[in-house]
This record gives sequence, C-alpha cells and structure tokens, in this order.
Amino acid sequence: MPKRGIAALLITTGALILLLNFKTPDQTVPVRSGGGVAVVEPTTGTGTGKKATPTPTVAPGATAAPAATPTPAGGGNSSGKTVDGPVVSTRYGDIQVEVVVASGKLTDVVALQLPTGRRSGQISSYAEPILHQEALKAQNASIDLVSGATYTSDAYSQSLQAALNQAGL
Amino acid sequence: MSVADLVRQRRVHHVMGTTVSLDVRSPFVGDAVIDEVFAQLDDIDARFSTYRPDSEVSRLARGELREAEASLDVRHVLAACDHLASVSGGAFDARHQRADGRLDPSGFVKGWAIEEAAWRIDSAGGRNYWINAGGDIVARGEAEPGRAWRVGIQHPGKRDRVAAVLAVSDRAVATSGSYERGEHINDPRTGVAAPAGLRSVTVVGPRLAFTDAYATAIYVMGLDGLLWLASDPERADYAAYAITDDDRTVWTDSMEHYLVRGA
Repeated sequence: MPKRGIAALLITTGALILLLNFKTPDQTVPVRSGGGVAVVEPTTGTGTGKKATPTPTVAPGATAAPAATPTPAGGGNSSGKTVDGPVVSTRYGDIQVEVVVASGKLTDVVALQLPTGRRSGQISSYAEPILHQEALKAQNASIDLVSGATYTSDAYSQSLQAALNQAGL
Repeated sequence: MSVADLVRQRRVHHVMGTTVSLDVRSPFVGDAVIDEVFAQLDDIDARFSTYRPDSEVSRLARGELREAEASLDVRHVLAACDHLASVSGGAFDARHQRADGRLDPSGFVKGWAIEEAAWRIDSAGGRNYWINAGGDIVARGEAEPGRAWRVGIQHPGKRDRVAAVLAVSDRAVATSGSYERGEHINDPRTGVAAPAGLRSVTVVGPRLAFTDAYATAIYVMGLDGLLWLASDPERADYAAYAITDDDRTVWTDSMEHYLVRGA
C-alpha cells in the first residue's frame, strides 16, 4: 500500500462562520436555505498549527476592502464599511452586490441588484464549517488529485499534483 | 489491493504549455489508448496554440485566415467563446482576454481538449479515470466502488496544502487564480489585470471547457461572479468556490453537494 504521505497537507481553518444576509433593495430577507453563497473564515494560517480562534468581532473603522471604492454605510448595515461592487450585466439583467467590511473582515454581502424575476430566495447562505484541521489531516492520503490555478510545465515539478504522482497515490 | 489497482495506469504528458496527468483504472485502457489520447492533445495544441506561429489560431489572429475558412473545430471553439462572452457580460472574452487584443481562446481550448481526450477514453471502455491538465480536471466514475474521487483545491498561499476537498464523480473541476508566480488574469472589459478581490475560484460542473471559462469569468467579476453563477438558471449545474484576498472562503449553495466535511 502506498505510504500515507503528504503529511503537510493540512489546513488551519479558523472556522469562524459568518452568516450572510442577502437583501433586495426593497426588502430585507435573511435567507438560510435554498440557493446561494456562503462565506467562511480563513483558509490560510501561519502553518505552524496555530489555531485561529473564532472571534467574530464587528467593529467600526474597517480596512481592507476587496474592491471598488468605499462608500458611506447605507442604512441598516450596522457598523463597518460598505463597498459597492461594479454592476455586472448579464443577459438576464444586472447584478450588483454590496459588501460590508468590519475590522478588515467581510461581514455581509447584500444583493443590490438581481435580474428581474430572480427572487432573493435563490440566494442564500450557509453557516456550516468547511474542513477542520483535524478532518483534513485524516483525509490527506485519500486526496486523489489537485485542482489549482494553471501551472506551467516548468511549475509542474513543484506542484502538489506532481508530488501525488510521484508518491503513486 | 483491488482489481482496479492491478490495472491502474498513471501517465504524465507535457502539452499545451502545461502538464497533463492521467489516471485510468480500467482493464480496457492500456498504453496504446493513452498514447492516442496524448497524440490527440498534441494535435489540438498544434492547431490552437497561440505560441505557434503556424497554428490556425495564430493565422487567424494575424488575419491570414478568415474565420469562415477555419476548421470546424476552430469555428466551434470560437462560437462557444462568443457565447461565453455574451452570457458573462464580457468577463470571459477570448477576443479581448489578452492585453494586446489578440485572439486567445486558450481559456476554453484546454478544457475542450481534455473533454475530447475523455471521450476517447470513454469510447475505449474506460469508466473510472481522471485527467488533470494543469489543475483543470475531468473525473469520471469512482476511485473505487462506492468512493468518489477526492479533489483537493490548491491552497493559494501554501503549495503543499489544500484549502478544501471536493468529492466528485462524473464532473469537471477547474480553478482560476493568480497565485502562481507571474500569472495574472486580465479583465477583458478593461484590458488590465483583474482586481477582483479573489485569489482563486474553483468551479465544478458537467463540462470542463465551461467550468474553466466560468472560473475565469468569476475571478474577473469578483464576488459578484458567485452571485452571477448562483442566480443563473442556465448555469444551475455549476457550482463555485472562491478564496478571497483576505483568505476567506465563499461558495455557492450548489457547492455544498461536493464539499467534503470533517466531523
């Protein structure tokens, strides 16, 4: 049997879960099941095994907006900074989201515009954790392959897939 | 040790500027079939490469060949790319993906080429296999009876780690991102590098060419892209998982089906 290798294949996921509320401009409807988007705390860590503590602190004076220009917080978005994304045109209509950033963390995503006929119920959020550190460790040896942003032939030898191929896993 | 292990093939081939790994667990797919598959990929590369001056795509880009005179495959790919540009609001656009404005359907071609390879293996009788072309994957059947293939999503910051694990069967998986050195993705709508707010986007769906294009489009759109995918009935079979610049993970509801969770 192949050695259970790739021991370094673990992740320090902080497992701080942020429930998102998706709202239409007219109404505020937190949706907790159905279709949608979920946001969970960091995938990265220091790599030292240090466990991130789930500390959902929401404080004013946020930094690190993902994109676009910060605008003053709209009504009903509690503390934090709101950032409106660009309007994305699709054949079904325009889509625009507003994100709320507090203490450098994304705390809310609001659908400002959805194509006509799309109900907010088709967008939802989840509050379940992805992999805990322990869980991913246990699954190390049974990862069959790896999906990543395209590596060049040159970069292949350094890739995780190359390591898996080498190990014959 | 199972029967599948006894007939397992693992091969690696360099083509299309990347490395294709292939794992087949079938008594019907031996070296001869895999050699054919790799030769077919070489042929597609020769016709579609933007790095080869004599390729059809290069001749089209220089205006030496008219689209109406191009091969059926090239016209098919360009039609699909134009459709994708339309439905994505230009976030994926083979005609404007490059900063210099030259035609570059590579973002669709690789996935399409791997689908062609998969069909060759299917027709030879292969049922349980995967093909991984530089991180873009077709995974058919199962790793072993009752166990789906487990696909790790590359951690964008740490080469030896995965950010999550997906269990997939008969699905394609593609990831777009900018964490690899020197890599970046242009926003075809502006011609400059996409500011996005995302480090990587992984899409799962039935067709690799489209999962790959959607991953690129969502990367360019940013968080809006996840909503775009989640709210579009034509893309109901596709799921997306993204890692943000501040190392959060975000996914569409449809991705729940694939995410492997710990206890």
